[in-house]
Amino acid sequence: MSETRKIAVTINGKRYEEEVEVRWTLADFMRQQLGLTGTHLGCEHGVCGACTILFDGYSARSCLMLAVQADGHEILTVEGIAPSEEQMHPLQEAFRDNHGLQCGFCTPGMLTTLLEFLRDNPDPTEQEVRIAISGNLCRCTGYQGIVAAALDAAQRLKAAKEAS
Amino acid sequence: MKFGMGQPVRRKEDVRLVSGKGRYLDDIQLANTAYAYFVRSPHAHAVLRGIDAGAARAAEGVLAVMTADDLPETSFVPVRGAFKNRDGSAIAQSPKMLFPKEKVRFSGEAVAVVIATTPAAAKDAAELVDVDYEPLGAAGTLETAPGAPPVWDEAPGNLVFDWADGNAAACEAAFVAAAKTVSVEVVQNRVVPSPMEPRGAIGVYEAGRYTLYTSSQGSSGIRDKVAVMMKIPADNLRVITPDVGGGFGLKNSAAIEQAIVLFAAKSLGRPVKWIGERMEAFVGDGHGRDVKMKGEMALDAAGQILALRLDSIANMGAYMTHVGPHIPTSGLRVMGGVYRVPLVYARVRGYFTNTQTVTSYRGAGRPEAIYVTERLMDQAANALGMDALEIRRRNLIRPEELPYRNWKGLSIDSGDFATNLDEAARRADWNGFAARRQQSEARGKKRGRGVAYYFEASGGPPGPEPGKIHFTDNGAVEVYLATQSNGQGHETTFAQLIAERLGVPFDSIIIKQGDTDDGLAGGGTVGSRSLQASGNAMALAMDGVVKKGKVAAGQVLQAGGAEVDFEVAEGAGQFFVTGTQRKIGVTELALTLKREKLPGFESGLDEQASFESPPTFPNGCHICEVEVDPETGTVAFDRYVIVDDVGVVINPLIVDGQIHGGVAQGLGQALFEDCVYDPNSGQLMTATFADYVMPRADNMPDLDISYNEVPCLTNPLGAKGAGEAGTIGALPAIIGAISDALGVAHIDMPATPEKVWRAANVA
Repeated sequence: MSETRKIAVTINGKRYEEEVEVRWTLADFMRQQLGLTGTHLGCEHGVCGACTILFDGYSARSCLMLAVQADGHEILTVEGIAPSEEQMHPLQEAFRDNHGLQCGFCTPGMLTTLLEFLRDNPDPTEQEVRIAISGNLCRCTGYQGIVAAALDAAQRLKAAKEAS
Repeated sequence: MKFGMGQPVRRKEDVRLVSGKGRYLDDIQLANTAYAYFVRSPHAHAVLRGIDAGAARAAEGVLAVMTADDLPETSFVPVRGAFKNRDGSAIAQSPKMLFPKEKVRFSGEAVAVVIATTPAAAKDAAELVDVDYEPLGAAGTLETAPGAPPVWDEAPGNLVFDWADGNAAACEAAFVAAAKTVSVEVVQNRVVPSPMEPRGAIGVYEAGRYTLYTSSQGSSGIRDKVAVMMKIPADNLRVITPDVGGGFGLKNSAAIEQAIVLFAAKSLGRPVKWIGERMEAFVGDGHGRDVKMKGEMALDAAGQILALRLDSIANMGAYMTHVGPHIPTSGLRVMGGVYRVPLVYARVRGYFTNTQTVTSYRGAGRPEAIYVTERLMDQAANALGMDALEIRRRNLIRPEELPYRNWKGLSIDSGDFATNLDEAARRADWNGFAARRQQSEARGKKRGRGVAYYFEASGGPPGPEPGKIHFTDNGAVEVYLATQSNGQGHETTFAQLIAERLGVPFDSIIIKQGDTDDGLAGGGTVGSRSLQASGNAMALAMDGVVKKGKVAAGQVLQAGGAEVDFEVAEGAGQFFVTGTQRKIGVTELALTLKREKLPGFESGLDEQASFESPPTFPNGCHICEVEVDPETGTVAFDRYVIVDDVGVVINPLIVDGQIHGGVAQGLGQALFEDCVYDPNSGQLMTATFADYVMPRADNMPDLDISYNEVPCLTNPLGAKGAGEAGTIGALPAIIGAISDALGVAHIDMPATPEKVWRAANVA
């Protein structure tokens, strides 16, 4: 048996205390040990972006991090984006309304990347959106639906903020 | 009707897929699963002298190491149908067994598998498997193949086949008599399909029967091929395809890993899971294209095409899939596009190389044929001093010439070609180009425009496709398909079709796909065929439901011989006795039949039908305009217009997405993607996403797509394919634009910044 460590990590608001092999990546730990299979692995070398999560609020490749590095930190994955079981996040709604996904495999990484981007850039241009997601590969959509979804989501988030 | 045909209905599948609740292959975790890791050859060509797996077998967590000696007798999936050389003789074969016994034939070929209790243990132990190789000289490319040692001893010079079609003598006469002849040599660069979800397989053996979970484009086709490999009866194997993270042709072919996890599961008495890694996908998945083509066109003085001639060499890799040699040959049936082309002669020679197999990838043969045709049109326009639109307009088949029989006997039934060309030119402001070019020049940029009229024959291999409609006890409508969404949104499009025609609530319709135990076998989702195949089968099944329902409703409503009819009013389907108020809804009738067990209606309103769709002919016009930066060699798109005829559109949102994605894959091949093998060692030089460049969001233009929906006349729905259309049009349009910008006759794909810079700066 390989060496293990005990870590405590908060994922989607839930605290996990787990014994984990030190060689495990964060992505494998979440998928295999915790059963959080929403985060996908598309390349295991940090190029495709499918495994992107928010790590203390910042986007990070979970395939390039070790699980032990998450000790004491907060993580958000695709499973934690929606405000509730019944309600989707405006970004998720915008993806659906603008056909921002086809096979859906890259979608979790697109959503987390854009969640961070729209938080920091609430009123982006189309070109800014394209550059923001240029670290995420999608083989199905040609990105047009994703870009439209991001711009639409920005409007929805702005409207929601003004309403509150 | 809100959920009916023609509406941009939001996809049912998205609710789970945007929430992380999709269930892809690797998300399936069966109890007591063991994990497979394949040992792959580092050599492209080597004698396999022996495998010592002793250390690996003794390693911690290892349950088994299997080599060719540890597997039952197996077979290989032969090339489909009859495929002969031009002299009628048989072509060379490449009998691929699960693991090779005597020698390996490409780098990445699996020679053994390690099964362990964890993926890490399997991977660690794989490094302990000691394989004794004796390296041989290798054929890494088409150019080195003829002079390299034979990949297969039966194929000297590595020639697999020498195929030809058309009338050589008549063509030659046309060329001799022609006012003008032009030619072009083009490269169809080798590409890697690269769905974002890698391939994978989970094998289970229970109660004397195998179950394979795998990521596929159609479970029944995979079942049949894997059963051949395993030498077992097909009904002894159940195949289940869960959510699929992209296919693009790759996941239509069966692969050795699928059979091996099943044998391993039987041998170990527990599920065995293999999930491919990305680098493994680069070396271990089938590739696409890799054809070198020399095209010639003969024209009269007015620019009318008299004849086309083609001489191609095509890379087959070391092993052929069931479709291998068909792709660079049968695909040529669309050569000449929707132009009047009286004569064609094509010769194609296929070669074995010490590389991964070349198999189906988006378009599979049609992009190659249309690319060379359209590049020839541009050469002809230049040679005759004619506008690129005008030469195409003069040759497009006119409406009164339909149905038009092309050189291979395809009967082109429908289309409005000149209208599409003119509309695309209008939307792209073709006539304003000169002024824009001047503006670009003033900024130090080179502007060019490209036009392509694409044409294709969608439908994949011939054969009937089934569809089944089942009314459940709780009022839902289950619809069974043998095609398989791998991103196309079947759960939505087909539900729209049922809602529209049967008038049952959209939310009550459940699309079932992917499980061979549902009893349906068909051709899968290949060749842009799902709608024209499954959709039409479903349309026929619905006709059956209505026909049967009228008789049943007559009894239930006690029509007493009065006529019973069916209508969908405000989205609700109902049977009614004509001239009366007596009526019953579709679902209500189905439930009544179940409850009252009317004689003759034991199966209720359930119906099954099948339809064999002839090929359909999607076509349309792509026009794009690019600006080349001569200092960096980068290509920027100023506009990209598509006027498309993909027949009747059921969900414009989904069809737009198919075109977007198709163009993206075309743009990737045209600008960036290149799967490079070392010519002499056969080593793959581009085995990561860092070396193999796929298009990203900032490389893609915003596409202006419009539809001219001309219904197909050879299927009830009027459907034509849409999945591959974008790719086929994009290659020639983009390369045409870049060539025009650079002022060269032709620049080869991929037109990378380096290549473009050289063309712009090095004379």
